[in-house]
Amino acid sequence: MSKNKPILYSYYRSSCSYRVRIALHIKEVQYEYRAVNMLKDGGEHYKEEYGELNPMKQLPLFIDHNGEPISQSLAIIEYIDETYRQPIKLLPEDTHQRAIVRQIAEVIGSGIQPIQNLKVLRHVVKITENPEMKDEWAKFWIEEGFVALEKILERHAGTYCVGNSLTIADCFLVPQVYNATRYSVDLDKYPRIQRLNNSLCEIQAFKEAHPSQQPDVPKEIK
Amino acid sequence: TQSTWGGRGEQPHFVSLSLTMSTPILYSYYISSCSFRVRIALNFKKIKYQYRTVDLRSGENYKDDFKKINPLQQVPVLQIDGHTLTNSWSILEYLEETQSGLPLLPKEPEKRALVRSITDAIVSGIQPLQNVIVQKYIAVNFGAEHASPWTQHWIHLGFSKLEILLNNVARDYCVGDELSIADLCLVPQVYNAMKRFDVSIDKYPTIERLYNKLREIPEFIEAHPDNQPDTPK
Repeated sequence: MSKNKPILYSYYRSSCSYRVRIALHIKEVQYEYRAVNMLKDGGEHYKEEYGELNPMKQLPLFIDHNGEPISQSLAIIEYIDETYRQPIKLLPEDTHQRAIVRQIAEVIGSGIQPIQNLKVLRHVVKITENPEMKDEWAKFWIEEGFVALEKILERHAGTYCVGNSLTIADCFLVPQVYNATRYSVDLDKYPRIQRLNNSLCEIQAFKEAHPSQQPDVPKEIK
Repeated sequence: TQSTWGGRGEQPHFVSLSLTMSTPILYSYYISSCSFRVRIALNFKKIKYQYRTVDLRSGENYKDDFKKINPLQQVPVLQIDGHTLTNSWSILEYLEETQSGLPLLPKEPEKRALVRSITDAIVSGIQPLQNVIVQKYIAVNFGAEHASPWTQHWIHLGFSKLEILLNNVARDYCVGDELSIADLCLVPQVYNAMKRFDVSIDKYPTIERLYNKLREIPEFIEAHPDNQPDTPK
């Protein structure tokens, strides 16, 4: 089977896409960026063309070097970590530490983001008929989750979310903080999250993965 | 440690201690789908465990005693190998990495990714939106009449997408012919949807077929909410 350049279907500020971009940049994987605009025409991810690639109709979607599609950010990142072992691994060797990394990914990936993602916000506005409810709802759930996350980080963070090496947990944290700032969450209330986010955002791979650096970032945001 | 006692009567303290230290403890609620997932896994890994009920309905998870065990105030929690583990998917992966018994993830990376995609579609795609705390928020802030339509909306949306995905890849199990953590997450989700949220799965034939087959397997039956120490009579 021929080896192709992997493809990532992504939207510049989709936090799930952002997680995968961070992992790809840490692993120094060359990939093709294919933009899918989540706002245009009601959302390009809902169109038939994209639905055929990914029946979940969500971003991101990763097409690996064998042409196989992989959906859902944690599944993609675990795959990337298993397939590309250089320059660093994103899971520790110790099985308990690995469980903590996955716990953090789950707290963010299941506990926070799904409740404040775009389609949920749209639905909240629809049923309440109140456009301002969107921000209030998102802020509430992010803050709930950040309270929990601070507790975990209190026990386990070192230089990074878990100890002193970069892990999947860090790939999940930064995009969630990006979302938090969009919804006016006061990060001063979460000092560990804030400190970690600040250090992580200085790392080259994280900078390269940032929404402002993506091909589909709107000109006014650059 | 050799035991010098036999038969009934008080056990020497040191024997009780060693049993306590080595027997895993699962903090669980009978109908919590996240707890159900872990119970199934423990059965497949042939792990005998102590069951400790955390009565979510009465808010026992918010009490100080449980907060000390898990500051996140959620079930399941598994105490095993000297560690306290939380968050069901993380626990499933830990059990897979550390325990013998039936493998619950394939060896090939692309198949593993598929298993994890399906797992994620359930664990983040559906379950969080039907969580009790979300329902409570909606009932309190938007009105009780919104709670049920809300959960049904997200379950149906999640199931309709999952149906397409499973239709492409499932055979005897969610992914081909091997049992995996995807199956362990599917059954509790479907049970929950039908039992608690009045969702019918007749529009999702692949999900229905898989569910009906999987729930007959003994490890799933033993883990079922109807068969737990805290199941209401």
